[in-house]
Amino acid sequence: MAITTIDGQKVWQRRDRNTQLRSWALWLVGTAIFMWCWQQISAVTTWPFFWDAPRIAADIGGRAMPPRWSYMDKLWAPLWDTLNIATLGTVMALMMAVPVAFMAARNTTPSALFVRPIALLIIVSTRSINSLIWALLLVKILGPGVFAGLVAISIRSIGFCAKLLYEAIEEIDESQVEAITATGASRWQVMAYGIVPQIMPAFAGIAVFRWDINLRESTVLGLVGAGGIGLQLQGSLNTLAWPQVSLILLVILLAVVVSEWVSAKVRGAII
Amino acid sequence: MLRLEKLTKVYKTGDKALNAVDLEVPKGQVLALIGPSGAGKSTLIRCINRLVEPTSGTVRLGDVELTGLGLGGLRRERRRMGMIFQEYALVERLTVMENVLSGRLGYVGFWRSFLRKFPQSDVDEAFRLLDRVGLVDMADKRADELSGGQRQRVGICRALIQNPSVLLVDEPTASLDPKTSRQIMRLIVELCEERKLAAIVNIHDVALAQMFVSRIVGLKLGTMVFDGAPSDLTEEVLTRIYGDEDWSETIQKVDEDEEVDVA
Amino acid sequence: MSAALDERLGKPWKKPPFISSPGLRWTLLIGSVIYLILAMNSIEVNWSRVYRGLDRGWQFVVAFANPDFTSRAAEIKDGMIESAVMALTSTVVGIAISIPIGLGAARNISILPVYLVCRSIVAVSRALNEIVVAILLVAIFGFGPLAGFLTLSFATIGFLSKLLAEEIEDMDKVQAEAVRATGASWLQRYVYGIHPQVVPRLIGLSIYRLDINFRESAVLGIVGAGGIGATLNTAFDRYEFDTAAAILLVIIAVVMVLEYLSGIIRARVQ
Repeated sequence: MAITTIDGQKVWQRRDRNTQLRSWALWLVGTAIFMWCWQQISAVTTWPFFWDAPRIAADIGGRAMPPRWSYMDKLWAPLWDTLNIATLGTVMALMMAVPVAFMAARNTTPSALFVRPIALLIIVSTRSINSLIWALLLVKILGPGVFAGLVAISIRSIGFCAKLLYEAIEEIDESQVEAITATGASRWQVMAYGIVPQIMPAFAGIAVFRWDINLRESTVLGLVGAGGIGLQLQGSLNTLAWPQVSLILLVILLAVVVSEWVSAKVRGAII
Repeated sequence: MLRLEKLTKVYKTGDKALNAVDLEVPKGQVLALIGPSGAGKSTLIRCINRLVEPTSGTVRLGDVELTGLGLGGLRRERRRMGMIFQEYALVERLTVMENVLSGRLGYVGFWRSFLRKFPQSDVDEAFRLLDRVGLVDMADKRADELSGGQRQRVGICRALIQNPSVLLVDEPTASLDPKTSRQIMRLIVELCEERKLAAIVNIHDVALAQMFVSRIVGLKLGTMVFDGAPSDLTEEVLTRIYGDEDWSETIQKVDEDEEVDVA
Repeated sequence: MSAALDERLGKPWKKPPFISSPGLRWTLLIGSVIYLILAMNSIEVNWSRVYRGLDRGWQFVVAFANPDFTSRAAEIKDGMIESAVMALTSTVVGIAISIPIGLGAARNISILPVYLVCRSIVAVSRALNEIVVAILLVAIFGFGPLAGFLTLSFATIGFLSKLLAEEIEDMDKVQAEAVRATGASWLQRYVYGIHPQVVPRLIGLSIYRLDINFRESAVLGIVGAGGIGATLNTAFDRYEFDTAAAILLVIIAVVMVLEYLSGIIRARVQ
């Protein structure tokens, strides 16, 4: 905000001149970067394909309708696998995330110098890599199948859950911990009475939240061979069986909606 | 009972919170510790049960020197020191009963406490104490459902179930209204009398301290500047502790509303 | 001694259960035990295959210790640039579209028909997995970063519009009403009453989304939608674990830098 004098009159402006100029320059640079980026994409795009897209979309849409309902018989088993990957993956991830979170939180870590950096490294490296990439890697190591998907989902979730959990641990009310310590409680008792009750709501929220995400992610793991309904999707895409693809997409969509509803219900019940 | 010798605490920042404090509290005596904010009242009682590690000096509880103890020994001795906190410091998501029983944590093993399988004698004692403070019907309520005064009563039960020989009380009334403050102070003093407990009570309300305790210690910038009976607490002494101010009101008020409960 | 105390003394005490109805409690408990048993039994683990794979796993760990940045340097560089480009453009376009949709999806400033349309756009965008969208868009637009860009833009709309709408619904009503009381038009109301409150949050969310878009752009290549994912997929297919490790390290590094920067920027605008 600034007031300048023009022709002897005071003029109010939101920003003074330098700020204004800097703001314009920033916009200019931003626009230039965006245009350059757009050119990069444009250069490798076959534009005739793009203009043809509506026709192709209509064509695919026409072939995909109606979905092949009878194919549902073959989808129940992969759907069950998908659910198991998500649920067991979340359970396993939480079991590993809890100790990592306690090691990473400033107020509970056994050693801020040695243990905490290791815990943070586990969190960052598992979190930065998408579960599909983990699956890609694990399929190579463990062989294709549900097990690789399960491990991929749980590894990916460790960092996510541990990060949220350790932030919750760092936010607890220290005076409650102090009070339990003052009774002569042991280290583990302080944990069980002073810390755990305080982070329980956060823990439950994180678990449900991550389960919801994991269900979504496990629907596509099959694309790289890691089990679940994605495997059927991949097969149908490869054979251009569009009526099956549309049915599978419908089922995935339904599963996601149901999982979101369940997680909202559970979260509402807990908190 | 409790003896501090040359107790000194220097924080990492270089602040000298306690400066060679010598203090002896005999069995059954309730002592009020007064002084301005930052005088080191809170540090002093935390140095006794070593929630804050003293820099030098010794603390003796009975025959035991607390300052020289290892972790296990310290835990054992902490059981003999009940502590009551300013903001109650109850574990809010646990029930009243769990909060009271948490005072027994030093006596039971991890799994027993984890599974909430406390000995029957502890459970009975917890109910007796809750009955004594008038909260026996609240036993299964969650601590965060209680009012301030009720929470502090639970805090008192938690300290007493430890079967302590000393009570360390940190600003017990700072978050309470005047009437509840008096009730809580009266309860603490009565219970100390019943059980012959020594107690150190940090308190910023001079009038309240004068009303209930038999001995007052004044702390200023970590140094003891007064030690005597409430009646010796003159204007001149208060100025020494808190600095210049008109104190006649504060002292007079005590005589007037001795038995009048504030509405 | 009160009567209530008499009643309690000498009797064991138990913590009141979390779920008070015993029927529901046992149903849930037994149900979840049965589910866990069934679920675990349905997971087939080929232990001999896993055992053989351990060797490869170890190779990968070793590869992480000696990542090979050089032998496919050109491909890694191109892939990273393409990922970055996709992330950036899709975030910008996503924000541009999210703002009107987010305004429309806020119940307190929108009219009902607009609200319903905007909310359904948000719902569809959120329900569809990025990978699934990418597959469809690759089928329609052909391989390449365009499909990836469109996918990420679409996903950004669902994410940002929802949060933006919630932000507007939660915001300080008094401030907006003070502006309305001056007789301002709808646009003026937005510029003076809503905009100043929402912008800092929007900037924070946008940077967060840029971060997400970059991570996602790393996997879209697996289904042919451009970016570093294609390079990574190829590296895995050829069992070039050292190159794959190099790519993963680059991704982790970029994500960490982005997270650090976004922390700084968010702290500055808020």
